[in-house]
Amino acid sequence: MFKIAIASGKGGTGKTFIATNLFYTLLKNLINAVLVDCDAEAPDAVAFFKVRQFNITEVTQLIPVINKRNCTFCSKCHEYCNYNSIFILPPVKIIQVIEDLCHGCGACSVACEFNAISEKPVSLGHITKYLNVSNHFLIEARTNIGVMSPAKVIKAAIRAIDNDADIALLDSPPGTSCPFIHTVSTADYIILVTEPTPFGLSDMKQSIEVLQNLNKPFGVIINRAGLGNRQVHKYLLDKDIDLLLEIPFSKDIACLYSKGMLAAEKDTSFEGQMLEVFETIFAKNGNSNYQR
Amino acid sequence: MRYLKQFLQKMEIAIISGKGGTGKSSICAAFATLSKNVIVADCDVDSANLYLLFNPAQEEKEVFISGYKAVIIASKCTNCKICMEYCRFDAIFLKDDEVKISKIACDGCFLCSRICPENAIKMVRENKSYMYSGSFRNGKMVYGRLAPGEENSGKLVNMVRQKAKEIQKTNGIEHIILDGPPGIGCPVISTITGVDKVLIVTEPTISGLNDLVRVTGTVIKSDRKPSVIINKCDLNSSMTNKILEWCDKNEIQAEGMLPFDSEIVESMLQGKSITEYDPACGSSKKIRKIWDKILNDK
Repeated sequence: MFKIAIASGKGGTGKTFIATNLFYTLLKNLINAVLVDCDAEAPDAVAFFKVRQFNITEVTQLIPVINKRNCTFCSKCHEYCNYNSIFILPPVKIIQVIEDLCHGCGACSVACEFNAISEKPVSLGHITKYLNVSNHFLIEARTNIGVMSPAKVIKAAIRAIDNDADIALLDSPPGTSCPFIHTVSTADYIILVTEPTPFGLSDMKQSIEVLQNLNKPFGVIINRAGLGNRQVHKYLLDKDIDLLLEIPFSKDIACLYSKGMLAAEKDTSFEGQMLEVFETIFAKNGNSNYQR
Repeated sequence: MRYLKQFLQKMEIAIISGKGGTGKSSICAAFATLSKNVIVADCDVDSANLYLLFNPAQEEKEVFISGYKAVIIASKCTNCKICMEYCRFDAIFLKDDEVKISKIACDGCFLCSRICPENAIKMVRENKSYMYSGSFRNGKMVYGRLAPGEENSGKLVNMVRQKAKEIQKTNGIEHIILDGPPGIGCPVISTITGVDKVLIVTEPTISGLNDLVRVTGTVIKSDRKPSVIINKCDLNSSMTNKILEWCDKNEIQAEGMLPFDSEIVESMLQGKSITEYDPACGSSKKIRKIWDKILNDK
């Protein structure tokens, strides 16, 4: 399977727009593909397809529970916890777990010598698998409201991919921090979607820095070309970075998207452009030793 | 009465969106440049952008320690694999019979370094992130820049907000505007905790509405009540109505609506906010009206 992540530093450049249209195009051309929505904080990709739910699994994390009868208030768990999630006042015998800060590393359980810490699972979110009309999977990562980090839910969604698909498309969260890294680090190729504005350029440069550090091959799609200026084009040319596609700004496309409709479905020339993107990617990267 | 007056008048406003690219920063820039003396804090620390428009004269720079990463000292490691058993982040693995730690997966919890019988794991500080502050044409600006790939953006947001409050106190500035990150996770929660007002900028798309619902849930969980601006409202008027209906049903105030305006992109290219670039245009007038309303609501 070849995994392609669709990412961008700046939000709202058109990641989901590209990911859903690429997925539609693959299925239309009878290519076995799976779409994974890794934007667990704001998952929106599934809404563009007719689907039925296949199954749903909960993603949990372990959180310490303190048995005050055994606790000697020695503070070792507090010292071991690097996230400040154990609050302790030994003189007045107060100890409390601040659950929102806990990362579930288990260090406090290891620290405790008095058998005073057990653990309970708490829910972080859900992985929902959907099947579309042609029985292809869409997988959605979705965090619960109030959960701090989506990393564990994202990883679980990527693990849930069945290996019989030839291509997996990962709709990545925005930014360049942990949620983005956990998505792109599993991908064989990354499509960066940007817009030709100063904000788009600045964020794209940051994304490129991360991808180069991770040694990942990538190319760029410029969305809403015509708005803004030519600085993104110039940068790509200077750095010899692949420009996979330019999509001119069009209110019609924006309007279709707002209704949850796919441009590739309404416009066969757009479908052709989506296929061209795959052609460009595989012409250069198709021979790598990825696992099927 | 100086401090009492300041206490009564000061306001910290967070602008967030759930969905990215709805126009948070453009609207934030417009609000900021409508004020005579304001503090703008860019809390979108993994893609801070407002400094591009405001070009602040940098006055201070502080290192932000985003966390730690475990590193194996190869000369001491006996490949006993005990650390592998304890690591809950799947960060420790075997490669050619040697224990390795993935920098990406490591959460920096210190557990492996504590339990290693050979003391062969050291924790290395991640110190490539910074917080900056300085002056721009309408006041002061604070912004964080998380080094690409570094974690703990919520903590950096807290540091940025702390600095903004210090500047507010020493300079007697009334308002702080926080330009928030997209999503609903830790940096967003850190942005909205304890602020006086949360403004959500949404757009009339399916994703805009879905994300509005989720981010509203997050705001309510933080004991705040948001109000909403619908940007690009003419893109899909039936969706705009749907959002208005949803707001109505959930007793969330719609502060105003802004039609799509390519002049906003044009103003950005000139390094200006829309209200600076063309103060008489429709968008500027509407934004000014919304801003006045927000300030008078307090």
